[in-house]
Amino acid sequence: MSELDAGLTATKARARPLSPHLQIYTPMLTMMMSIVHRITGGALYFGMLLLAWWLIAAASGPNAYSYVEWFMGSLIGRIVLFGYTWALIHHTLGGIRHLIWDTGHGLEPAERELLTLATLVGSIVLTLVTWGIGYLAMGGPR
Amino acid sequence: MSGRAQMRTPLGRVRGLGPAHAGTGHFWHQRVTSVAGIPLTIALIAIVIGLLGRSHATVVQVLGSPVVAIIVLLFVINSAYHMWIGMQEIVLDYVHGDIRKLVTLMANTFFVFAVALASAYAILKLSFGV
Repeated sequence: MSELDAGLTATKARARPLSPHLQIYTPMLTMMMSIVHRITGGALYFGMLLLAWWLIAAASGPNAYSYVEWFMGSLIGRIVLFGYTWALIHHTLGGIRHLIWDTGHGLEPAERELLTLATLVGSIVLTLVTWGIGYLAMGGPR
Repeated sequence: MSGRAQMRTPLGRVRGLGPAHAGTGHFWHQRVTSVAGIPLTIALIAIVIGLLGRSHATVVQVLGSPVVAIIVLLFVINSAYHMWIGMQEIVLDYVHGDIRKLVTLMANTFFVFAVALASAYAILKLSFGV
């Protein structure tokens, strides 16, 4: 085991090539959407707390649930929910794009630009449509 | 091959397990959970829209009904595994040093288990009452 450790330390000290970092690349849509995919993933990670809060409050009783209703109805709550909706839809569409790429399709320059643009435009349109349906379901904005 | 510096140690190459020491299994599981996540996400959005502005009693009744409860449970479990792998990937990219990496990976596991278990417990309580 000590031999193994010594070997690991020796290799660690060896000079290794460094990968060039983000700032040397010209920003491109595919790259920006890749970054956004990770950011929305990270946001959704903590966004799960909102879903958990909603479920736990519903299970706890009317009093706990009224706090959720109050927060979701407030301006900040709505902004957070709107962002959550967009992040969820963008991450889903971005995921579908990645699944298509995983099959080896859609990787030609024009195709990948189109797919990437489609996830961005699609996420914005679908978020607005979702909220439109949401307000309709509630009987108009309030 | 011979003249150029290698990014990975010879032992690491032989093992083929990567920085998480778990191989390509997580890569594939991330794809499986992403495919499952597509219909589950659509269903969850529909459920939430249907419950907007409803009274607590209605929300309890709908969330506790078998089909809705199963869909929300599936969404929570599927998302929990997907986000556990995803955050692990982010940690492995940005957090360096064995101790810091270990602690962050553990925190990821704790967070995901806590959120998933709390959500699952709430859904089951809504379903079975008490």
